[in-house]
Amino acid sequence: MTPPILSAINAGKVYPGGIEALRNANLTIAPGEFVCLIGASGCGKSTLLRMIAGFETVTSGQIVVRGKEVTGPGPDRGMVFQDYGLFPWLTIRKNIAFGPIARGKPKAEAMAIADRFVSMMGLDRFADSYPHQLSGGMKQRVAIGRVLANDARMALMDEPFGALDAMTRERLQEELLTIWRATGLSVVFVTHSLEEAIYLADRVVVMSPGPGRIVAEERITLERPRDVSSPEFNDIRRHLAALLHADHATEAA
Amino acid sequence: MSEAVEPLPAETGPVRIDVTPLLRIVVPVVLLVGWWAGTALHPGGLIPAPSEVGVALWDLAFGGINDDAFSRMLLPDLIASASRVYGAFVLAAAVALPLGMLIGRLRLVREMLEPTLQVLRPVPVTAWLPLSMIMFGIGPKSAFFLVALGSFFPILLNTIFAVRSVEPRLFEAAQMLGVSPARLFPKVVLPASLPGIFTGLRLGLGLAWVVIVVGEMTGVQTGLGAMIMDARQLSRTEIVIAGMAVIGVAGFLSDYAVLMLGRKLLAWSPRHG
Ligand SMILES: Nc1ncnc2c1ncn2[C@@H]1O[C@H](COP(=O)(O)OP(=O)(O)OP(=O)(O)O)[C@@H](O)[C@H]1O
Ligand SMILES: [Mg+2]
Repeated sequence: MTPPILSAINAGKVYPGGIEALRNANLTIAPGEFVCLIGASGCGKSTLLRMIAGFETVTSGQIVVRGKEVTGPGPDRGMVFQDYGLFPWLTIRKNIAFGPIARGKPKAEAMAIADRFVSMMGLDRFADSYPHQLSGGMKQRVAIGRVLANDARMALMDEPFGALDAMTRERLQEELLTIWRATGLSVVFVTHSLEEAIYLADRVVVMSPGPGRIVAEERITLERPRDVSSPEFNDIRRHLAALLHADHATEAA
Repeated sequence: MSEAVEPLPAETGPVRIDVTPLLRIVVPVVLLVGWWAGTALHPGGLIPAPSEVGVALWDLAFGGINDDAFSRMLLPDLIASASRVYGAFVLAAAVALPLGMLIGRLRLVREMLEPTLQVLRPVPVTAWLPLSMIMFGIGPKSAFFLVALGSFFPILLNTIFAVRSVEPRLFEAAQMLGVSPARLFPKVVLPASLPGIFTGLRLGLGLAWVVIVVGEMTGVQTGLGAMIMDARQLSRTEIVIAGMAVIGVAGFLSDYAVLMLGRKLLAWSPRHG
């Protein structure tokens, strides 16, 4: 077995105010694996993702990426935010070239890389536009493109399609899967939609709040492309919904 | 202050007439007519009629009517004032921009300087006049100081605000793409705060034009402010009003040029583009 690209070992987080956002999270991700995190609001999904990204400190346990303990953000872990986080003063092409330039690539090379990912993400028409001129779906393409252009090994995605309409969302899910297959990227993807999780993931990780923790994992072995209306898909959905709700029931009790 | 004029909603009727230019001249025309009517009803009053101001303006610009100490002085006075306005503005910006960035980003500097600056800020430029004349003497240095002071605070405060209110998300985005903490300032803070800094510069330049008359009360010989002061002492009210009109138009044109420059440079910003 290849060594995991990521392992969280008893990882916990207590925020400065004393809120315990995450307790004893254990999670291992293989290179090229697509993992979805799902769970009720406040169960620590973003916290776990931000700890992997290096934006939040780990207050107990540890998170190891490619054999090294995470101590801060780095270009090997690219983050895709729900609110895009594009640089409004840069054109789309330059937004995508930002990472390569930041890492010291010569300008011409960075621009050539950017052009490649502009095309890959279907953004040719917008290469010289500014972010505020783009729709949400287009902006999220840029955000994904700049992570790819930066040779990230992992994409950390926090409800990336949460603010998009259903049609755009489905198209982007499709494109993400295509890119994922082509690049061998490892993906950790947070979502509120059970359907999205089952549609995308190799493995769905179910979390629950108070304090946030991982309560179940489900490997999804359905053939891709997956048919969301198939009985098998529905069985998995029912099973995971029960896990999520069982959890709510104990909350209420 | 920096927003462009909102476009009017399109007319939905069958005949579309763009009434915007009309809307813009309604108020000036009403004011002018009111002024003219007022002076026509009180002949011999202390306020001159618009026509007298027009004649005074002509004589200020080209001479040939009164041929007194004011004739043909418009251009030299305008140049004197404008050079003070821009010179003092550049000086103010040269101090306020770096200072604002330091105060905005470094806690130590903020704690040290902010209380002092907050106490100095409410003191109006007019109140500084006597002190300024003691410190810098009677003449252009004093004028320069007062105008610079007037444009200093808007530049400083907008710069502080702009560099402090950079969206935290952009720091995260830059760091996950490989920007080291030390490089965040040039790569993120500076470009992200340009629109706010620009607003400060625009307000600062506008205030420099406002303060120029006060500045030129310090006993300088040239400049629009000096011209107005001289005319006032000679009860030449038509020249006072002509001077006011020239300052108004000069300030407006100066602001318009800056606004256009901003639109060009900040095309990426929804607020300016
Ligand atoms: N910066 C912070 N400081 C203090 N508490 C925080 C901070 N960020 C999150 N929390 C708390 O930690 C807990 C987990 O938050 P987190 O954002 O990780 O949840 P989530 O699963 O992503 O929720 P959602 O589905 O609503 O995005 C919540 O109780 C939240 O209030
Ligand atoms: Mg979240």
